[in-house]
Amino acid sequence: MLEAPAIAALTILVLALFVGVEVITKVPPLLHTPLMSGSNAISGITIVGAILAAGSDNGTTATVLGFVAIVMATINVVGGFLVTNRMLAMFKKK
Amino acid sequence: MSLSPTVIQSAYLVAAVLFILGLRNLSSPKTAVRGNQLAATGMLIAIVATLVNGAIVSYTVIIAGIVVGSLIGAVLAMRIEMTSMPEMVALLNGFGGAASAFVASAELLGAQETGAELAGIVPFAIAASVLIGSVTLTGSLVAFAKLKELVGGAAVTYPGQQFVNGALGIAVLGLAGMLMADTGNVTAFYGVVGISLLLGVLLVIPIGGADMPVVISLLNSYSGLAACATGFVLDNSTLVVSGSLVGASGLILTQIMCVAMNRSLGNVLFGAFGAASEEGAAAAAGGQDQGNVVSYTPEDAAVIFSNAQSVIVVPGYGMAVAQAQHAVRELTDTLAESGIDVKFAIHPVAGRMPGHMNVLLAEADVPYDRLVEMDEINPHFPETDVALVLGANDVVNPSAREEKGSPIYGMPILNVDLAEHVFVIKRSMNPGFAGIQNPLFFKDNTMMIFGDAKKVVISLAEAVRNY
Repeated sequence: MLEAPAIAALTILVLALFVGVEVITKVPPLLHTPLMSGSNAISGITIVGAILAAGSDNGTTATVLGFVAIVMATINVVGGFLVTNRMLAMFKKK
Repeated sequence: MSLSPTVIQSAYLVAAVLFILGLRNLSSPKTAVRGNQLAATGMLIAIVATLVNGAIVSYTVIIAGIVVGSLIGAVLAMRIEMTSMPEMVALLNGFGGAASAFVASAELLGAQETGAELAGIVPFAIAASVLIGSVTLTGSLVAFAKLKELVGGAAVTYPGQQFVNGALGIAVLGLAGMLMADTGNVTAFYGVVGISLLLGVLLVIPIGGADMPVVISLLNSYSGLAACATGFVLDNSTLVVSGSLVGASGLILTQIMCVAMNRSLGNVLFGAFGAASEEGAAAAAGGQDQGNVVSYTPEDAAVIFSNAQSVIVVPGYGMAVAQAQHAVRELTDTLAESGIDVKFAIHPVAGRMPGHMNVLLAEADVPYDRLVEMDEINPHFPETDVALVLGANDVVNPSAREEKGSPIYGMPILNVDLAEHVFVIKRSMNPGFAGIQNPLFFKDNTMMIFGDAKKVVISLAEAVRNY
């Protein structure tokens, strides 16, 4: 059986999926590429876990894996948000 | 410095809200820049909240990682050409998935080292994160290599392919089950990692270049799902929320792409569309009998363009390959200056990723109100004087509407053939990616201009100016 925290997280997951569908379906095809790069950046949120893995007292293996994860997640966060910003700035009206 | 868990959790909540608001602001190009900034602010808040967490004992490794990652990310973001955005997104999908898999692995191996107990849903979440993240990593790298043409774009197939993939799929699920039953089972862990990495490669190689919009969207979704699973590992709701948002986004885009190709996801993933098929070659050869192809010069075309009142340009991947978008903008500016109504018709699967054409044209300073979606522009073709097809093929193939036997029958297309005149700029008469002949080229109102898209458009613009 699932314990309470898992049920709470599952509840959040399901509700967030509904919010996601509502919000994303309103993004016009015009902006689908920035949507993808922007969501790349958001999936870089895993950096939170990477920081905890690398910085906590969890053994050498965890520190090394955490370091690699931080590098990759930061590339996503920084690269994703910057390139999205660069693209969106190009969309101009007549 | 360390803050109370309540403050940290509240900061995570703020971050999640900012992500949602950020995505909501992407609903219009006017608010989109702000949306991106909101999401970035949310990320900063989440990162800072994590850094001041009492569990962190050493900052050296963290800061080193952030510095290295920021440098690579910033250079990538600033240097990347807009034509290469699909490659960049493919790479970021892979990194996102891999980062999540690394975090889950760190949790598992760390627990083995320190003797901590992993209970409840955590073993399942670790297995899911490692599996999805690893598949995303290698799948994305193969997609990247195909997009960058480091390897051939054609679908790679061999006898028994489905069987091999199926067997590996069952094996990886079995090993994941063993890992969940005993999180100390190192062999099972490395087995899951290894087979997942292999599966990522094997699942993407049979998918052809033109189906990349679907693959990239799907891998985008996977990278979100991996983050979501990692959220369960760490019992962190921001990861769960953000991962679900990205997962939903990728799935919606996947579905939009499939609908735009009139194919099921299963057909895209396992149908090996675009493998060199004899049928396609036969159809192409049969096309010889369809009628005469009339070849024109840019100067001939200039006469018709100059007398037109409305022009619709239909860009395709060929425009990106020829880097013709700036030349196209100059041509359309010239036309617009002489009072001609100019629009661009954008098919959802034009290009190598969702929305690719819009970004290329925006970069070339085409105002976005000239970029019109398929459903909106299709009713206007019959009243349009000239349709200019530029490096697009299958998305303007009338067989999709008329020929029941055609492999692309039923696929929504841009009805360019209904315009009074159609100009098609093309390198040669080679059939498109799918190897399907295009009757559009043989229609009476269609005029072909053969040559490199960029050169033809430049001489066309010049001819129109001199007319």
